[in-house]
Amino acid sequence: MTPLLSVEKLHKAFGALKVTDDISLDARAGELHAIIGPNGAGKTTLVAQLSGQLHPDGGRILYDGQDITALDMAGRVQLGLARSFQITSVLPGFTVLENVALAVQARSGSSFRFFRSAAAEAGLNEPALDFLRQVGLEARTEVLARNLSHGEQRQLEIAVALATEPRLLLLDEPFAGTGRQDGAVLLSLLESLKRRLTIVLIEHDMHAVFRLADRVSVLVYGRIIATGTPADVRANPEVRAAYLGEEEAGVGA
Amino acid sequence: MSDAAARRPRRSGLGLPTRHMVAGALFVLLAALPFIATAIGDPFLVVVFTRILVFAIAALSLDLILGYGALVSFGHAAYIGLGAYCVGILSRHGVTDLGVHLAAAIGLSAIFATVTGAIALRTRGVYFIMITLAFGQMAYFFFVSFAAYGGDDGMSLAQRSTVFGSDLLRDSTTLFYLTLAILVGFYVVASALVGSRFGRVISGTRENALRMQAIGFRPFRYQLVAFVIAGCMAAVAGVLLANQAMFVSPAYMSWHRSGELIVMVILGGIGTLIGGVVGAFVVLLLEEWLAVFTTHWRMGLGIVLILVVFFSPGGVSGLVQRLFGGNR
Ligand SMILES: Nc1ncnc2c1ncn2[C@@H]1O[C@H](COP(=O)(O)OP(=O)(O)OP(=O)(O)O)[C@@H](O)[C@H]1O
Ligand SMILES: [Mg+2]
Repeated sequence: MTPLLSVEKLHKAFGALKVTDDISLDARAGELHAIIGPNGAGKTTLVAQLSGQLHPDGGRILYDGQDITALDMAGRVQLGLARSFQITSVLPGFTVLENVALAVQARSGSSFRFFRSAAAEAGLNEPALDFLRQVGLEARTEVLARNLSHGEQRQLEIAVALATEPRLLLLDEPFAGTGRQDGAVLLSLLESLKRRLTIVLIEHDMHAVFRLADRVSVLVYGRIIATGTPADVRANPEVRAAYLGEEEAGVGA
Repeated sequence: MSDAAARRPRRSGLGLPTRHMVAGALFVLLAALPFIATAIGDPFLVVVFTRILVFAIAALSLDLILGYGALVSFGHAAYIGLGAYCVGILSRHGVTDLGVHLAAAIGLSAIFATVTGAIALRTRGVYFIMITLAFGQMAYFFFVSFAAYGGDDGMSLAQRSTVFGSDLLRDSTTLFYLTLAILVGFYVVASALVGSRFGRVISGTRENALRMQAIGFRPFRYQLVAFVIAGCMAAVAGVLLANQAMFVSPAYMSWHRSGELIVMVILGGIGTLIGGVVGAFVVLLLEEWLAVFTTHWRMGLGIVLILVVFFSPGGVSGLVQRLFGGNR
């Protein structure tokens, strides 16, 4: 079976710094593929290229058999490839419900409608409310996004990504900065999304990674040094030396 | 969700229903103005207020892109000029019908806005300001050097626009009511616009353009349409201005005028629609009154602007909101 996403020999440099150094990887349909790596390894830069925010210097990105390397971010989202941001990126002056309703709007019908009130459109609000329920934010619909706690903003970020109705979800450190309780909610949400969606998960939280991932890739200094099942990767001596060792010594995360 | 909607937190400035009530009250008061003017024996008031309403229309249209889209257009007065010149030039050639004047003004502005907007919207922030300024100045200098139509001196109109062959608008009160009706109409249209799907894309892009792309929007085309709509509305103001003054001049489109429109919007309360209207009143009435006392009236305006920015960032509308508690 061809993978839903496959990345071939991707290259990206910022000046002399090779942030993405000949990366090839794939994500099979329904799989949760985690990418771990130390700070500054180039994980966010990889997500940026997969989502269309940054253009690679070389290599190809195939989605569902189609070369999307030249496609812009909006075009990829329309194909079903959504992302969340490591640094929360919501519409701060919009309410929680409006944030999600706008993502629903992007998927349903034309936005060149000038007179009817969008706030009164049940076709936007009801699906939005559904997604908010999934992430546990249904009690906060009318709060401005800027007034949410950090953890709640992370949940909103996921709800917005889900509202674009993706087939492939790119999550950039969704657990970063969430408290224990929000983290638990998020963990069970991701477990319920698994199989329904293909997920590429960037994460520092080893507990979550080893619990959720079907496969794990380890990214260090722009290069993938290992890919395999969580058990394989955990046992890999190179990985232990480069990453897990310091993790277990409590230096990372 | 109905009780949730009731305790819904408000954006800066006036909440929606309060804002509409203030606007409604203001419009009713304005409708009574010609009677008041007659009663106190000062018919010239009607002329003064027609001019204010014209700029209120222009400021309202600017607020649509400035307040909701964060598109700081520093060339918005160009559209007033384009509208005015459509009246001047067509009348010179014997075409005096208001409908034709309006159609020409809207058509020409739509083209100008589409071309200049498509270029300006490729830039952000201060570059956007500079490019809109540059296009505004280009339009200004075009008419300055257009000797056939008065050049720098501008041109006087022999008569006002006609409506189906009749010279209805010769009566200043009729022109006043026409201007008021257009302002009210534009206010209603703009209010619907900002709450529509289209309006949400515009203000969503103001909030966070990257996020909009990440949910699948390409904001450019929506911003361009908003830019064109605002330009066309300002051009209608220009048609009315030419009729009010019976005179057309490049001075209408100078960058001072564009700057003054921005001042009106900020002074009145950015992103509220009615704020631009209120701002036009404040600026032009200050101009009328301060100019009596001193030729340095602009200094007085500067002081007022500084006070507003520091003490009431929501503009006059924000002040009203705080004084009367709005509709929290
Ligand atoms: N736009 C840029 N210009 C120059 N250098 C950049 C740019 N973006 C990122 N970098 C550098 O590239 C490297 C990789 O950054 P990236 O954000 O992709 O790392 P990361 O793996 O996501 O790290 P973290 O775990 O801290 O999120 C870092 O050294 C960073 O400083
Ligand atoms: Mg990162």
